[in-house]
Amino acid sequence: MFQYWLIWPAVLVILLIGLFPILYTLMVSFQNINMLEEDRSFSGFMHYAALFRDLRLWQALGHTLIFTCIALPLELLLGLAMALLFVDRMPGRQVFVALLVLPTVISPIIAGATWRLLFDNRFGPINQILGWLTGEPQAVLWLVNPNFVYPAILLAEIWQWTPFMFLLLLAGLANVDPSQLEAAEIDGAGWWRTFFQIVLPAIRPVLAIALLIRGLDLFRLFDVVWALTKGGPGTMTETISIYAYVQGFQQFETSYTAAIAVLIIVLLSILVVAALKRMEIAR
Amino acid sequence: MSAMTAPASSWQRRERIRLAWRYLGAVLVTAFFVFPIYWLVMISFKTPAEIFASPPTWYPASLQFANYAVLFKDGDAVTVWNSLVVAGVSTAAAMLLGTMAAYSIARFRTGGDNLAIWIISQRMAPPIVIVFPVFLFYVWLGWVDTFLGLIVLYTAFNLPYVIWMMRGYIEDIPLELEESALVDGCTRLAVLWQVVFPMARAGLFATAVFTFVFAWNDFIFALVLTRTNVTTFPVQVTHYFGGQSNFWAKIAAMSTLGTLPIFVAVALLQRYLVRGISLGAVKG
Repeated sequence: MFQYWLIWPAVLVILLIGLFPILYTLMVSFQNINMLEEDRSFSGFMHYAALFRDLRLWQALGHTLIFTCIALPLELLLGLAMALLFVDRMPGRQVFVALLVLPTVISPIIAGATWRLLFDNRFGPINQILGWLTGEPQAVLWLVNPNFVYPAILLAEIWQWTPFMFLLLLAGLANVDPSQLEAAEIDGAGWWRTFFQIVLPAIRPVLAIALLIRGLDLFRLFDVVWALTKGGPGTMTETISIYAYVQGFQQFETSYTAAIAVLIIVLLSILVVAALKRMEIAR
Repeated sequence: MSAMTAPASSWQRRERIRLAWRYLGAVLVTAFFVFPIYWLVMISFKTPAEIFASPPTWYPASLQFANYAVLFKDGDAVTVWNSLVVAGVSTAAAMLLGTMAAYSIARFRTGGDNLAIWIISQRMAPPIVIVFPVFLFYVWLGWVDTFLGLIVLYTAFNLPYVIWMMRGYIEDIPLELEESALVDGCTRLAVLWQVVFPMARAGLFATAVFTFVFAWNDFIFALVLTRTNVTTFPVQVTHYFGGQSNFWAKIAAMSTLGTLPIFVAVALLQRYLVRGISLGAVKG
């Protein structure tokens, strides 16, 4: 009995917030509620059919995929390079690592706000530094110009989360069996061969976890984009989370947003299952 | 003898050159990652003339605290207090309920693997998907823009994390200690209180700090579920972005005010950092 007394309060709270509202959303998605009317009768798959005709929704999904497919590999490679740089002992290493952690623990919305100040075309240092490098004053409108808005958001995103990859991979590298590395050195294996044949297989589980956590985070990308552009210019950088927010809390399309939420849950479940399967196979 | 030392010293020199290159790399990388934070903090100490200088100045002539004073005078700083209350109370609640549940799962295998996996899967849903139904639910309950509403949501959102992490920390405690306490006539609850909690103290502390940071840093839940009464500091910062002009000094001062506590908290648990952010998967 004791074991159930311990667990039921937690399960109850999770159900209250995790399960009950999602079932309620499922119900609302079959009704017709928006700013103008509140029709609670069953209206079938009307909103789900509308999802497929909604170009802006699929574009938002596309933007999310662009962010994910560019940021995830870059964060991984940069984080790995940094981990390799710091894996061997060097005096003062702890200080460097402690400083490198900082971006990852800042609130993402604050990170976005910070980069918005940095990207300012007149009072920000980025155009100033670019001016030094190019030898002439620069006034790039980073967050308005369609050519630069993606690189700008990606830079902020990569700045914040590369240290996350770095920390995990540094821990992974530190756990590689040193006797194997010594054996490789005695056998005369070069750096690249040692890396691909011993180090990489050894850190594979850590790599998989880091990619899974960051991949899920990127799929729900909201804060940084919201702080920098709110999805603009136009809807150019709108992610799926931002689009759902706009539909639900600015357009008040309650039932339609419920359908979007259900779509996101379904897509995410497929992604997670596929990712877990792949990781099983890779192992 | 000299034939022996010559290659050794050239090896030493190569090592020293390698170390110098590594230091150069380390300094450049660290500069890139610290610079935005440096810039933010510097703006919070600048005068308006220094903030709106073009080209920008890289440091203020003297440290001005006026930007912070304004936050306290206008009452904006109360949003930091709101964040503290909401994150603090929800952390305490999640730690209490979560550690109990974690003990049940770790020691009695309650619910088997399925329950544990279901619990952690709750953590993977995008916040917008969680908060939209919760908002509809809260409108019905009258919980929108109340401390209670936000605290309950953060407690529920953080519970899976606490359960998952504490399960790991509790499994690290040797079972013999608990068994001998039971043999000595302790009740189950006394074992939990006198053996398990003290043994898991470091894990409890680390998990509590991360739980606090998640609630403290959250934006989207607070954006949706608060209006004017329970505004948290991240939401307040976004209010300073205007259509035409931004309140730079306030953005920087409020952001710094809300970020420095996090830096202090995280500095205290360097050892548990990796385990905490990797959901316990990497033990560091």
